[in-house]
Amino acid sequence: MQTINVNIIQYIAVFGSLAFIALIIGLIRNRKLKEEYAILWLFFGALFLFLSIWRGALDVIARSLGIVYSPAAIFLILIIALISLLIHFSLVISRLTEQIKDISQEIGLLKLKMDEHIDDSADGDSDRDGKASGKFV
Amino acid sequence: MSRQVSDTGKILAVIPAYNEEASISGVVASIQSEDPHIDILVVNDGSKDRTGEIARSIPGVHVIDLPCNLGIGGAVQAGFKYAGRENYEIAFQFDGDGQHLASEIPRLLDPIRSDSADVVIGSRFSGHSTGYRSTLARRMGIGIFSLVNSMIVGRRITDNTSGFRAYNREAIVFLAKNYPMDYPEPEAVIILGRNGFRIVEAPVAMRDRMGGRSSINGLRSLYYMVKVLLAIGVNVIRPKLKRRGNSADDQR
Repeated sequence: MQTINVNIIQYIAVFGSLAFIALIIGLIRNRKLKEEYAILWLFFGALFLFLSIWRGALDVIARSLGIVYSPAAIFLILIIALISLLIHFSLVISRLTEQIKDISQEIGLLKLKMDEHIDDSADGDSDRDGKASGKFV
Repeated sequence: MSRQVSDTGKILAVIPAYNEEASISGVVASIQSEDPHIDILVVNDGSKDRTGEIARSIPGVHVIDLPCNLGIGGAVQAGFKYAGRENYEIAFQFDGDGQHLASEIPRLLDPIRSDSADVVIGSRFSGHSTGYRSTLARRMGIGIFSLVNSMIVGRRITDNTSGFRAYNREAIVFLAKNYPMDYPEPEAVIILGRNGFRIVEAPVAMRDRMGGRSSINGLRSLYYMVKVLLAIGVNVIRPKLKRRGNSADDQR
């Protein structure tokens, strides 16, 4: 296998991957990113670190997939990474939507219960602060 | 576990309302004068107008103010949750825009009272012709739903977009847990039908709306069709849901 010396790009790739992983870990440390959402980011960061350290790996992957031009394998991996992250986001958004719906309904039901409870207990002394209806908004 | 619903069983009217200040009091009054024993729950779905205030000012009306706009499905489901917790035997949906007629309520409730159905859909198209007029696109959409849903449910359902529906207690408890969100009516037919609920249609007349406007028009109707058909398809490949989850977690 012909080894072309393109060390500069390898250094950049290693540095870039490390910086990326550091960024994600930093975000987790500052509680700006929840661990469960960072798993995919960390996984792909680690994958890119691995690929930039062991450059032969890319050729191995490309050959085993029948890709003639090995850098194209990088794009394939990138696209897979992006798509899986997007699907992950859709999952999270769906779950959040469901939870917000349930919480909104609960709040509505609780407010109703509270209104009617206040109404009931306000029946006796209706002139307490002039708001006999006890409207709870 | 079929049960005869006595005439004294509690009945709830669930009225989803989004910006219906023009029609809401008329709608409530029409139900109250039709049958004063029916409890009324207005689900104010985050209206920007005075719908909630107006509804609250009517004596004997329960009002749920949702803190944000959930859409018709989320609003109606809040009503099912209320009906489930407050032990209603029958709940029916009655739209806040005034297109449903209170005089048709008995037609909707009778099959449930006699326990010949779990779910009754008030249909504009079954039975006598009501001269319902609409755009070609809308009629086509209604036809497609009818064909698809009837095939899946195995029983002819002519009016899948009707929001005028009554449910017995078992269906209420089920729907409090499983109700579709965005354009729920056709999808709910599938979910109920596939989970063994007995659905019948009752021929009813409907009126043009008193105020407000349909949430579905123009380009949206295409999106509506695609989305609902997709949702229906998804429901067919979904595993059947637990219908009679034994009581404990149904209650609260």
